[in-house]
Amino acid sequence: MTATPTARREQAAPPVARTDAPATERPAAQRRRARRSWVLLAFALPGMAVVLAFHYYPLLGNVIAWKDYLPFIGVWESEWVGWDNFAVIWEGDPRFLNALKNTLVITAVQTVVVFPLPIVLALLLNSLLSERVKRVVQSITYLPHFLSWVIVVALFQTILGATGSISSWLRAQGLEGLDIIGNADVFIALITSQVMWKDTGWAAILFLAALSQIDTELYEASAVDGASRWRQLWHVTLPGMRSIVILLFILQLGSSLTVGFEQIILQQGMVGLRASEVLDTFVYNQGIVAGRWGEATAVGLVKGVIGVALVLTANKVAHMFGEAGVYQR
Amino acid sequence: MSTTSPSVRNDRSTPVGQQRPRGPHLKNGQPRPHPAMQVVKGVAVALICAVIVMPFVGIVATSVAPPAQVSAAGGFVFWPEGIDLTAYRSILSGGVVTRSIQVSLFVTLVGTALALTTTALLAYALSRPSMPFRGFALGLVLLTLLFHPGMIPMYLAVKDFGLLDTVWAMIVPSMISGFNVIVMRAFFMNVPGELTDAARIDGAGELQIFTRIMLPLSKAILAVIGLFYAVAYWNSFFSALLYLKDSSLWPLQLVLRTYVVNNTALASAELNVDVVPPQASIQMAVLVVALVPILVVYPFLQKHFAKGVLTGAVKG
Repeated sequence: MTATPTARREQAAPPVARTDAPATERPAAQRRRARRSWVLLAFALPGMAVVLAFHYYPLLGNVIAWKDYLPFIGVWESEWVGWDNFAVIWEGDPRFLNALKNTLVITAVQTVVVFPLPIVLALLLNSLLSERVKRVVQSITYLPHFLSWVIVVALFQTILGATGSISSWLRAQGLEGLDIIGNADVFIALITSQVMWKDTGWAAILFLAALSQIDTELYEASAVDGASRWRQLWHVTLPGMRSIVILLFILQLGSSLTVGFEQIILQQGMVGLRASEVLDTFVYNQGIVAGRWGEATAVGLVKGVIGVALVLTANKVAHMFGEAGVYQR
Repeated sequence: MSTTSPSVRNDRSTPVGQQRPRGPHLKNGQPRPHPAMQVVKGVAVALICAVIVMPFVGIVATSVAPPAQVSAAGGFVFWPEGIDLTAYRSILSGGVVTRSIQVSLFVTLVGTALALTTTALLAYALSRPSMPFRGFALGLVLLTLLFHPGMIPMYLAVKDFGLLDTVWAMIVPSMISGFNVIVMRAFFMNVPGELTDAARIDGAGELQIFTRIMLPLSKAILAVIGLFYAVAYWNSFFSALLYLKDSSLWPLQLVLRTYVVNNTALASAELNVDVVPPQASIQMAVLVVALVPILVVYPFLQKHFAKGVLTGAVKG
């Protein structure tokens, strides 16, 4: 990600390093240099140990996708079973197909409904006349991003639950209470609105940044030409946001198989698995909870591999559109 | 439009002179919006803010309202008719909520200190050209941004390292975020080389350069990344669910899930008060306790994060 600035610095760096260590260096200087290297290695050691232990070592654990893993005899003693565990995927186990279907439906709904919202919010904030109002509204809309999903779900239940504030008020007026929380039919609408509430303001930051980069001379010139605000929006503002919109949209497609895991697992008990099981919760429920370790790991592994492929493809496509992408080549 | 523009510009600019048109236009060159449009936007903005702020007002009000009012209102009020802190006294007087707050504070404080230290040391080492195996180590860190090992392999790894059912399972696996390492490394690389060269000529070792030059110059980025780690530790819920069976080690977020989201009533033995307040008051008090630290650090976060996010997103 840092490739451009990094590469430039690395090219500039070697001469400095070389003057630090000429070929005819005296033994004392050599010793000092070696000591510096050791100190730097020691600096990196704890961090690299965590990276290796919790990002790379676990990859080995995927081996149980090809085993009949039994926790009490351990990973290496468990029996090899070939590709049997992957049968849930290609033979279309109904629980797996249900999880896949829910994942894709939720992704589709959230891409269509949630993705444009921060753009609209950014345009709205950008068109406000008072800088102070803009700042205050921004501060308020970012806030929910920093709350945990547990808190957000609890807030929604408190407000929308069957015994929540709106239902109580409706009943006090002699009306029916709401039936939203725990109703499988509206589950997708509920989690979508939670995502909107939590992250719209946060996602708007990038779009606002793009808006602030637009040259004000373009507005002045178009105003002189007699363009109305709507025409300016269409001909100046939206083209100015095009590249960030395309980039973020492609990245969104790249993460299609991942939908709010914590958010869903918190609310699964209330609506049942049929409406709420997604691929990540399938791995948790089948593996950790039900003890079908091999199958769950196989599904998680396939999901992970496809996920990486999607991200890389998305990045390629971004390059094809002439955008910067996330990883430089 | 482009064909008509020269003539229009001439017509307009001659009477006004060199200045850009005034009056109906704003400083940024946009025409002044129609008053009706401004009203519509004002209402939209007010509604958005209300939808975000009202739940907070409600939970704070319910947690401090007198029990009689809460019961009469069916469990939720937006304006307390008095202040009654029994709910807070009951959850903070020992018992499961108090213990979980202690766990969460420990995880957040110790976790942030360890994570920030290891991240800064790693980022500094990766920013020095003389670091051995620098390219390889940097590659390993960058690759972590691309994939996640998967839930079950992570569980097995935490088990293999003997962290299962210890408080460290919530701290150690998330001690290094590749993203934070990259952001901090970029910051260290921007510190002028003259400063470190001068120190080196004066005989300073890497440790002295790091503690005397780099850290004092990086207070802002250390604060931002420390806050990000702290918020993540305070909010973390799934690592506790996955790695901890022993409920005496539960952090506040997991207690919040059990007693608020899943609506399990707290046993009255856990609440050391004579008259047990309504369940809604207790739930809202737990929620407020979980919220307060975030609200306290939010102004600091807010001051810095927009810049941090942009650094991360635009140049990584």
